[in-house]
Amino acid sequence: MTKKITIEPVTRVEGHGKVTIHLDEEGNIVQSRLHIVEFRGFERFVQGRPYWEVPVLVQRLCGICPVSHLLAAAKAMDVIVGVDPEDLSPTAEKMRRLMHYGQFFQSHALHFFHLASPDLLFGIDAPVEKRNIIGVAREHKDLAVQGVMMRKFGQEIIRLTAGKKIHGTGAIPGGINKNLSPEERDFLLKGKNPLNADKMISWALDAVNLFKFYHASHRDFIDKFAAFPSNHLSLVRKDGALDIYHGVLRSIDQDGNKILHDVDYSDYLDYIGEEVKSWSYTKFPFLRHLGKENGWYRVGPLARLNTCDFIPTPLAQKEWEEFKAYTKGKPNNMTMHTHWARLIETLHAAEVIKDLLIDPDLQGEELIRKGDKKFEGVGVIEAPRGTLFHHYKINDDDLVSMANLIVSTTHNNEPMNRSVRLVAEEKLAGQKMITEGMLNAIEVAIRAYDPCLSCATHAMGQMPLEVSLYNNENELIDRFYSYRRG
Amino acid sequence: MNQILKFKLDGVECMGYKDQYITNAAAENGFYIPTLCNIPGVKPRGACRICNVRVNGKLMTACTTPLANGMVIECQTEELKDLRKAIIELMLTEGNHFCPSCEKSGNCELQALAYRFNITVPRFKYQFPERDIEASHPKLIKDHNRCILCKRCIRVIKDEQGRNIFAFGKRGNRITINIDTELANDISDENARMAYEICPVGAILLRENAFREPIGKRKFDHVPIGIEMERFHK
Repeated sequence: MTKKITIEPVTRVEGHGKVTIHLDEEGNIVQSRLHIVEFRGFERFVQGRPYWEVPVLVQRLCGICPVSHLLAAAKAMDVIVGVDPEDLSPTAEKMRRLMHYGQFFQSHALHFFHLASPDLLFGIDAPVEKRNIIGVAREHKDLAVQGVMMRKFGQEIIRLTAGKKIHGTGAIPGGINKNLSPEERDFLLKGKNPLNADKMISWALDAVNLFKFYHASHRDFIDKFAAFPSNHLSLVRKDGALDIYHGVLRSIDQDGNKILHDVDYSDYLDYIGEEVKSWSYTKFPFLRHLGKENGWYRVGPLARLNTCDFIPTPLAQKEWEEFKAYTKGKPNNMTMHTHWARLIETLHAAEVIKDLLIDPDLQGEELIRKGDKKFEGVGVIEAPRGTLFHHYKINDDDLVSMANLIVSTTHNNEPMNRSVRLVAEEKLAGQKMITEGMLNAIEVAIRAYDPCLSCATHAMGQMPLEVSLYNNENELIDRFYSYRRG
Repeated sequence: MNQILKFKLDGVECMGYKDQYITNAAAENGFYIPTLCNIPGVKPRGACRICNVRVNGKLMTACTTPLANGMVIECQTEELKDLRKAIIELMLTEGNHFCPSCEKSGNCELQALAYRFNITVPRFKYQFPERDIEASHPKLIKDHNRCILCKRCIRVIKDEQGRNIFAFGKRGNRITINIDTELANDISDENARMAYEICPVGAILLRENAFREPIGKRKFDHVPIGIEMERFHK
């Protein structure tokens, strides 16, 4: 008799997803899948709208990192109004960067402190009542407060650059609609403790050290859990530096060989294909020249720290060197090291934020530029969860006629499915009793990618869990059901 | 010199002038009567009906009713507040108003009234009408999804020869306000901007002008609509 296990919904991730695992009579894993069960349709309903409305409209895809969508769409619209993304006014580019690094900072802090830390602090099979942010607040108050305040600082940056903490309007085609006043700058730079740039750098460094401390005593778990070799893809600056706002596309294989050589992202369709599978609303991207079987890749913090040649801020660079040394300079394919990479990026974001705040260009007056109009634009940016593509065409009346988005989590679809399979084989295969802790292990693997399954503003956190066991005739033979899960 | 008239508004003794409409007289006495179609200096039409008041017990539109001596006007009764709220809700459900992506958000009078009347969910069903967007004109765009047929544009925007640039098209519940294609080609920048600004919603748009005003600087970001008129009475 075969069994089917369903984990629905996956918790402590953004959005709605479910996992199904089929076992045969001996309890071997026959099939495992992460299903993204939501359908959005933004690519369709922006059609027919004026192009300048698009950045503000599409950011509603997400409540966690709307700035990524705002900026990716704005970069595409820069091209349409005839302004190369590298030719924005210094004020516009730096304000956008400040907005983006602020968002990175808050999003990464949210993931580590609110979503991931309960698994690390209490263990993946700790009681569900404890394994959540409330549990962290009860037993590690300082850490919980730190997480909340780091997120708050990032949100304040977004408010002062985009106008609102969530779903602002700061980036518009060809530039921005406001600069940063000296008062706003000082609020972020010299704000009352702890809400200032220096404290955030210090806390970000503490978070990296916290992870390293945990790693030292849980080396086996962190290094081996759901680890597998893969390709990696991200934007890098033209000189190879880590850059989350603009650059060229680079991909490397599991040994560090370049398989995409710093190409112009406007030509992404030449390099990236997307496979459709009947059981998921999310496509499966791959590098065309390697094919569907071998061309899949990871994106996000781990990929970015693998593809870049260096990090252009001193403290993060030092941490990156230690990170690279751990794998002797080779790409890091250890899934749980994504948390380490994410925290190094958080530190980098804090350093960049401080550098930007002391730059007088933020008080400049040239906000918008305009050139010769084009009818097609591609904008690519590194969102917290990975590389984000926005591609639009407009008609003679300035109305959108085509939109194509490849959202970060989409790239990680195949890697997340492989992680689920690996953990299922390790934790569930051959087991007579399926425990809640075993199922959480599956979610821990998914959570490492910080997926935004719907890229939406809802369905995060404490959700009901249903595990159903079916026989090979699809008859329900057992069910485990629980509310208020961590 | 205009003749001075006395009237009572919600029990308060007020004064106004002969030939003055109730809306304007109320404003001068520190009362705000909401309206979406009325513009100072332009002949009123009573199109939106939000300014309904009871004059000597009878329901009248304040923007089209001239003041008379001894009038007793009721404005802020529960019945009238609910009537106005219902009209605003009808407007919100009759068109396709998606504030999150509308460039008029923060400057939109309909949105501001919805906030003022605490409309969190309308009592009527959304109609979701299928409407198009007229975007072939060089300076202006007419988004029929958002038009509330207030006629402000028809009454105010004229070319140098006094011809209407906006006019009604179709009839009955399919009625629309359209842009005259030929006249719109020659519309001045000043007139185009005025059309954008007098539109109480986001139905008339200036090409490539969107979201230039940052959040925090928009008309209704910090104060509710009408508060500037409510000097003495709220």
